[in-house]
Amino acid sequence: MILFLAFGLANAIDAGKVFDDPEMQARYEKIVSEVRCLVCQNQTIKDSNAFLAGDLRREIQRLMEEGRSDAEIYDFLVTRYGDFVLYRPRMSGKTMALWIAPFLLIAVGGIVAIRVVRGRMALSVDDDTD
Amino acid sequence: MSRFLIPLVLVAVMIPVFVIGLNRDPSEIPSPLLMKPAPEFELPSLKDPGQNVGSANYEGRLALLNVWATWCVGCRQEHDYLLRLANETDIPLYGLNWRDRREDAVSWLQQLGDPYVASAYDEDGRVGIDWGVYGAPETFLINAEGVVLYKHISPLTEEVWQKEFQPRILAEKGIIE
Repeated sequence: MILFLAFGLANAIDAGKVFDDPEMQARYEKIVSEVRCLVCQNQTIKDSNAFLAGDLRREIQRLMEEGRSDAEIYDFLVTRYGDFVLYRPRMSGKTMALWIAPFLLIAVGGIVAIRVVRGRMALSVDDDTD
Repeated sequence: MSRFLIPLVLVAVMIPVFVIGLNRDPSEIPSPLLMKPAPEFELPSLKDPGQNVGSANYEGRLALLNVWATWCVGCRQEHDYLLRLANETDIPLYGLNWRDRREDAVSWLQQLGDPYVASAYDEDGRVGIDWGVYGAPETFLINAEGVVLYKHISPLTEEVWQKEFQPRILAEKGIIE
């Protein structure tokens, strides 16, 4: 039973070992866990057994065998599928808002909070003098 | 007064943003290929493996490329419309048969009718990747300079054709702005 389960798991996703060189294998695993499977949008192509994910893994393997760098491989994917294909979208004009918004919101929230707290402190001081 | 005004204005701004956001289909991802040169390709013809079908077939003219497969439910849905469209329009419709079995695809065209001038057979999905295909059916409109004018994901309908394709085609032909 356990053997059967293990076999099933091994078969489900062939994102396992594709390179004998451990360094290449590590690079490969990092890349496939950074790329979104577009058919099943909340999975990486490492976790997905959709055939498109398999195609993209095979393509990444091929590009690596050709000696392309990580940046070139990400470029290859972004020019075809857009920024959305990367789980960590790169800084660009279009994705700028995505990167800046959280910091902007924290800053605005912080300023509001400080003002509210100061207002209350001033109020409580007034209360004491009454 | 301004105590209430500021949150009120904020909510008034945020509601439309959320409404728009909720009504957008997250499975439709804008193609980075839009207004860029379409990838060139050459593949064996679906019906006649000895022949090649590729971007050279429609080079220098306005064309449609429809990505389809027999396992794709949406492709069956749009098939009747494609047959009608192929009859009505003078724009050549090419097929990219994507990750399919050749015999299945050929018999599907025999049974249901063949709207395509020719279909290229992309057995392993290599060309599909170049075109950023992630869900059939997808339909591309390519102009004479080989630029992708529009990409439609999901079945093509008369409504989509009138609303999205027709104006772009007319503009391309210089009939209207």
